[in-house]
Amino acid sequence: MAVRSIQGAENQEWSLVIKPKTNWLSLNLKDLWRYRDLLFLFVRRDFVAVYKQTILGPAWFFIQPILTTVMYMVVFGGIAKLSTDGMPQSLFYMSGVTAWSYFADCINKTSKTFTSNAAIFGKVYFPRLIMPLSIIVSNLIKFGIQFLLFMGFLVFFLVKGSDVNPNFYIFLMPVLILMMACLGLGLGLIISSLTTKYRDLTHLVTFGVQLFMYATPVVYPLSALSDKNELIQKIVMLNPLTPIVEAFRYSFLGAGTVSPIDLVISGVTILFILIIGIIVFNRIEKNFMDTV
Amino acid sequence: MSEIVIKTENLSKLYRLGVVGTGTISHDLNRWWARVRGKEDPFLKVGQENVRDQAAQSDYVWSLRDINFEVPEGEVMGIVGKNGAGKSTLLKILSRITSPTTGEIKIKGRIASLLEVGTGFHPELTGRENIYLNGAIMGMTKAEVKRKMDEIVDFSGVSAYVDTPVKRYSSGMTVRLGFAVAAHLEPEILIIDEVLAVGDAEFQKKCIGKMKDVANQGRTVLFVSHNMTAVNSLCKSCMYLKNGRIVSIGEASEIVNEYLSSENASMTEVTWSEKERPGDDVVTIHSARMIDSQYNNIDYVKMDEKFGIEYIYEVHKPGYKPNPNIHINTSKGELAFVGIEESHSGLSEVGLHKTTMWVPENLLNDGNYSVRLAVDSYNPFIVHAEAKDAMYFEVIENMNKRNHDFKRKIGGVVRPELQWESNIISYSNIVK
Repeated sequence: MAVRSIQGAENQEWSLVIKPKTNWLSLNLKDLWRYRDLLFLFVRRDFVAVYKQTILGPAWFFIQPILTTVMYMVVFGGIAKLSTDGMPQSLFYMSGVTAWSYFADCINKTSKTFTSNAAIFGKVYFPRLIMPLSIIVSNLIKFGIQFLLFMGFLVFFLVKGSDVNPNFYIFLMPVLILMMACLGLGLGLIISSLTTKYRDLTHLVTFGVQLFMYATPVVYPLSALSDKNELIQKIVMLNPLTPIVEAFRYSFLGAGTVSPIDLVISGVTILFILIIGIIVFNRIEKNFMDTV
Repeated sequence: MSEIVIKTENLSKLYRLGVVGTGTISHDLNRWWARVRGKEDPFLKVGQENVRDQAAQSDYVWSLRDINFEVPEGEVMGIVGKNGAGKSTLLKILSRITSPTTGEIKIKGRIASLLEVGTGFHPELTGRENIYLNGAIMGMTKAEVKRKMDEIVDFSGVSAYVDTPVKRYSSGMTVRLGFAVAAHLEPEILIIDEVLAVGDAEFQKKCIGKMKDVANQGRTVLFVSHNMTAVNSLCKSCMYLKNGRIVSIGEASEIVNEYLSSENASMTEVTWSEKERPGDDVVTIHSARMIDSQYNNIDYVKMDEKFGIEYIYEVHKPGYKPNPNIHINTSKGELAFVGIEESHSGLSEVGLHKTTMWVPENLLNDGNYSVRLAVDSYNPFIVHAEAKDAMYFEVIENMNKRNHDFKRKIGGVVRPELQWESNIISYSNIVK
């Protein structure tokens, strides 16, 4: 032991240095890339595990949006008689529900990243960001399936000759989805980081996401607000999701209020939230095992 | 000369005790305020040493304090210490599950840890799917797992069930599968914690074999265990931790001895409460003590005096012939000898029995031993009551009584007093 080359040790290149704190934005993208297989295995696991030992299997992915749409048609369309911008109710609600539930699933699940994976995080290291990313991707698959359902409805109404006008805004769809994913991820990361030590926020999340839905034009069109209270209008317009959902709806149905400026503003806001989320997550992930 | 692959510098880890609640936030605000003003974290100063059985005076405890060590490439290093000495914390920091409070670790090469095998197994997925998942969690790529799939399945010994969901596995099978995946990682540095404690004997043999393979391939292994025989036989060097500090680092056998002699403090008297008494419905053991020839309790054994191990047991049922016996084990877990009661007087009587085994002087070498008490029937063979490691004792030699000039430790398990017969049989002429 005495003959170790201590002098040599100083000049060595270390492949890993573990320190109490790292830079605010050291994302370790290389590490993330090395573990990309893990991301897809997590996605697969989530997907397969959901419908194992169920009779209807993946059909559950359809049942949920259909039932929600029917419920909205009865409550908001039938009883409250909210405007649907002149669109068939089923299409109007389903477009909202499909887009909204992707965002809601992302935020609900990623916000539990640390607390529900404590057992696995406590035993082995892999880039923690893999976990929320896998949630975003597996929800994307679910969204894809539900989106096909929506397309089916759309085609049905087109054939029937209803007044729906899909337009070139459809090409914006990947961007819109990306924006929703980033917002869900960003907020989810912030919430999951804040809840490792103090759990208070978890009680707020489910409830908060529901409130968030009413601040987003899911069950009503943006145009319905034009003659309403200015404060309400402001709140809804401040919501970065508003332009996304409106644009999503407009691209397929041809009805809605889209302004490119609002979309850009919303994009910038989302980017800002995402960066904050990643910074906070990075700060927390190293030590959360001690407090979770 | 081999390169250093792990190097720690003043590594420390502070843990907060107690519950996180409304009260914690004031501490957090305090720290934050100190940080904002650019001052030192006020709670880093108040942490006390990690002594488990002392009432905590502060809410903060140093689980590790000023840990400095280096591990050269290819070394198999054991880490020993009592529960709560900081072994697991050290491994957790090394495997990046948590980060140190101060100091740093530098590592060269890919590091993989077996803190617990089968991490992330999903009960609904099949064995094969879980191998992929678990392998990826441990840092393998899908292609790597695919390449080693057959080997892994073979090694686990559960090939018949590999397409069955893991929830149908027995716990032993799950562990086997988990270890099989872990054993096929090919990291430059492998961290192992207590995994050898699980699985049956045949499987443990496999595991030890695999560890030796890894070591023979020139890879570095850090091995935490309470099994001193394993540490002794597998490790070249060893680190002894106590209350979050390094007591010593050195040759494995030396450190293991040091650890055993300082931690396995002798326990030469034991009484079990009514609920805890070892035994079945036929025999229970009540108490035991170690005595000298005058029947006085002793704390340690003098090598040149005879001593007795006395225990009291109760026979509850007639129809058996329960026979007391005692195993004496060395601190390395080897059996030194077995004593079986031979007087055969009234062993089957129902009631309280007291039995004493007298060990002659000059039998055991100096060192630490543990006592296993048992009461068995032999026809058929039934172990009615057994108390493993019921007592620990140390044999101490009075060096001044040696009749020769060798004044260092003499090896061996036994130290009989031997008769020597030496004569000079012919004189030679010395040329001066």
